[in-house]
Amino acid sequence: MNKMKLKRLFIANALLLGTGLMANAQADDANNAQLIKQGEYVARLGDCGACHTVAGKPAFSGGLAINSNLGTIYSTNITPDKDHGIGGYTETQFSDAVRKGVLPDGTRLYPAMPYPDYAKINDEDMHALYVYFMQGVKPSAEQPPETDLSFPFSQRWGMRFWNWAFASDKPFQPIGGASAEVNRGAYLVESLGHCGSCHTPRGLGMNEKALDSSDSDFLAGGTLNNWDVPSLRGVAHWDQQEIVDYLGKGRNDKAAVGGEMTSVVENSTAHMTDEDLKAIAAYIKFLGGNPPVPAPETQKTSATEAKLTAAKNLSEGERLYLDNCGACHFVTGKGAPGVFPQLDQATIVNAKDPTGLIHTILAGAQQPSTARAPSTLVMPGFAGRLTDEEAAQLSTFIRQGWSNNAPAVTAKDVSEVRKTLTH
Amino acid sequence: MAQVIKPEVDVVVVGLGWAGSLMSIELAMAGLTVRALERGGDRGYEEFAYPKPADEYAYAVRNKVMATPAEAAVTVRYNMSETALPTRKWGAFAPGTGVGGSGLHWTAVLIRPTPTDLKLKTYADEAYKPGILQEDMRIMDFPFTWDEIEPYYTKFEHICGQSGKTGNLRGQIMEGGDPFEGPRSEPYPLPALEDTLNSSMFAEVAKKMGYHPFPNPSACVSRAWINPYGNQIAPCNYCGYCSKYPCLNYSKASPQTAVMDALKRMDNFSYEVHANVLKVELHDDKKTAKGVIYRDAQGNECFQPAKIVVLSSFQFCNVRLMLLSGIGKPYNPITEEGVIGRNYAFLSNGGSTLFFKDKNFNPFATAGATGQMINDISPGNFDGPALGFIGGAKIHSSQATGTPISTSLPKGTPAWGTGWKEGMEEWYGHSMKISITTTCQSYRDIYLDLDPNYKDEYGYPLLRMTFDWKQNELKLQQYLKGIVGNITKELNPDSYSESFLPMDAHFDLTKYVSTHNVGGAVMGDNPKTSALNKFLQSWDVHNVFVPGGNAFPQNFQANPTDTIGAITLMAAQAIKDQYLKNPGPLVQA
Repeated sequence: MNKMKLKRLFIANALLLGTGLMANAQADDANNAQLIKQGEYVARLGDCGACHTVAGKPAFSGGLAINSNLGTIYSTNITPDKDHGIGGYTETQFSDAVRKGVLPDGTRLYPAMPYPDYAKINDEDMHALYVYFMQGVKPSAEQPPETDLSFPFSQRWGMRFWNWAFASDKPFQPIGGASAEVNRGAYLVESLGHCGSCHTPRGLGMNEKALDSSDSDFLAGGTLNNWDVPSLRGVAHWDQQEIVDYLGKGRNDKAAVGGEMTSVVENSTAHMTDEDLKAIAAYIKFLGGNPPVPAPETQKTSATEAKLTAAKNLSEGERLYLDNCGACHFVTGKGAPGVFPQLDQATIVNAKDPTGLIHTILAGAQQPSTARAPSTLVMPGFAGRLTDEEAAQLSTFIRQGWSNNAPAVTAKDVSEVRKTLTH
Repeated sequence: MAQVIKPEVDVVVVGLGWAGSLMSIELAMAGLTVRALERGGDRGYEEFAYPKPADEYAYAVRNKVMATPAEAAVTVRYNMSETALPTRKWGAFAPGTGVGGSGLHWTAVLIRPTPTDLKLKTYADEAYKPGILQEDMRIMDFPFTWDEIEPYYTKFEHICGQSGKTGNLRGQIMEGGDPFEGPRSEPYPLPALEDTLNSSMFAEVAKKMGYHPFPNPSACVSRAWINPYGNQIAPCNYCGYCSKYPCLNYSKASPQTAVMDALKRMDNFSYEVHANVLKVELHDDKKTAKGVIYRDAQGNECFQPAKIVVLSSFQFCNVRLMLLSGIGKPYNPITEEGVIGRNYAFLSNGGSTLFFKDKNFNPFATAGATGQMINDISPGNFDGPALGFIGGAKIHSSQATGTPISTSLPKGTPAWGTGWKEGMEEWYGHSMKISITTTCQSYRDIYLDLDPNYKDEYGYPLLRMTFDWKQNELKLQQYLKGIVGNITKELNPDSYSESFLPMDAHFDLTKYVSTHNVGGAVMGDNPKTSALNKFLQSWDVHNVFVPGGNAFPQNFQANPTDTIGAITLMAAQAIKDQYLKNPGPLVQA
């Protein structure tokens, strides 16, 4: 450093001396506020609210009942309350709970908490998350019900072996040769996004079969509450912007969000920045190797369209479609961009298991209100209007009309789904 | 009863229809705390999800989404010497209630008046020799220029996803649009709805006769639309349940589809339903309002303090609230002093129904606003001065609904029973209409005031309407009868029936016309003849703004909603840009 620079520095320091302390304090406050904000965003990325916030109760005070095959697991209070929440945790203890599933007293968490994914959260995000939960969240003395699983699942120490077998403490591994955007997407999807908990098939121990993109099982799709969960390895029908819209708005030009994904969009992905949404979309496209979009079966599509337009000699399913669905999804089965989902070639329509389609027909759906797309347009449920046989005929037509080509649905299939409706 | 005092807000909005929802979102976006009070209930998508509203008896006959007469009755008489009687069943008009108000069930014809319509008094003074027009006519200009209001029409039309054909783009006349429309700064946001057979037939004949047909401008949107607030409006599927129905397809712009979802996300906005505002509470000097008094759903009397009060309920409810609250001086038709209640106007319709045995109009596939119209017979576009009256009409062939109960049947068909059923089988889908929607001028002795005899359930007087047809409007009807008759003959139907007002007609409260009631608290340049300035601000109580049809000094032939939207948005902008910085009268008179 030459003299000139030193001198300038000296003068600058002298000038700052009088207000230096205050400036530092303000800078600290600003830093802290910035950290809290960052941590809040990280909490959104991780969708902590989905499980730890229950409507009508203080934010993050827990108590959500998660029905697992082993029994009911209740989410815990993660507000900074010292007695009921996590107020007594050091940063390391907090990080161990999130990344390893181990509480300060050695209690092992059930993997309903996606710590096998969260293990990949980086230190910077973890620090921001800690600061947010300690300083940005209001303490609440709410005491959620205790999780009490039956033997042998009540033996939490057993989780040590589960972790040994299925979890990994490896930090996030960037994909060599991929762009920074794809790697940002990979980080978000594999760690905080914990997309694998629904989109990766489960193994024998109910474990996710893979935890990162190096394995072809990762995000290869599965089932959840009998709904087919689509594979994210190459979303052929959607371009990158359509993935961005789906996650950011809960709808795109072809589909609207349904089922469990609705709350993921509402609470998590809708709050993501445009850059992060683009990164996720880029990663998903990267992962699937961009398979070509299957060409629509033009002849079959026009035949369906022509028959519905003429409305003569209709099958029961076709007639039910015109009477119940045509108003929004139209004779083309194409719906309307950004408003009504496209039925032709839709994943949910062509899924092997028709549960998702039947459930949507019976119970309806509602678009979540998001900042990017506030409308909450409702698809009504037709449970009260259609018998099992009618819903089966209708579903069968939808699954086989236009370019669709999926097996028929029986009245028994519908009856099984109807039993699961809550109202 | 104990009064519940609510925490003060920046703005209280009374009524959550088009005017109230637009005011709410515009002012909330500017950062103000806004609380809306709505007399009726909430109305969400689940209430009118497919196919619930497709019930003609419930909605069109039993008025399912309208205010009940018990909630909103007015008393009506023909002239000042009569005793007015209360409406016990809606007839000529039917105001809405609940979130969305009348904006939920409108037909969705979204059309601007012409520049001449907005400056009717200036036009009359220039075009008519003294003594031609009725001495008791009290028409006025709207207190703004075309250039001032045009951006707000454009803004509202984008909020609604207006579908149609541009007729005048920045002065350039466009083929297929309305050549008489004022210059637009931008083309229509969306293309026109598809034509139905009747509208194509009408357009063809009208064109041959030298008129200028154009598609009805519509807020039932022709394509999926995302509006400036981010709300989605779905493409219309032509189901025909528009007027009197909430749209089961989310295709009609309404406060719900166009505003509410974005508005509800805002933390500085809240609303309460079944909150019946009884009056505006003024400070002792009567120059400013303190807030409003209302009854909540439990019957408690509540006081909602606010820095700004927006009265945005239906036209006659706004006028009544002003009268009940002592905002502005009540109009006296003898001395012509006072302004609240002055310049009330309604409108008339009529037309011809044409029956064709061998034509199938397929009325099942239609939208409220499908149709073609001509604007050739409106002020300034034909020789009204030589005919001795001022005014005009939009003349249109619309196919607004295919609902069976309201289907027209040829004369002589029984109105019920087997004969009706047979008539229906034979004639459903075989008729079309040519209709008129007329202007209606304002007059010295046509006005609104508080009824001396009838009170509502809270003990407050009902609003009294003194209204009857004047010679000017009846002459107009007779003139239009000739024009519609000529078009009818040209279309050559197998038979037809006509409905026009004869020269000795009285106002008929029992037959539906439209719910385009206007005036009573009008906007103007002069506080002696208007209740509001051009920013819809009360001349007398400067923190009270009154957006709505009440602000029109007379009725033009265009449907009112586009103008209600535009003047509301202009007022909201003035509040944001001027009033907040310097609360006080925005116009010096």
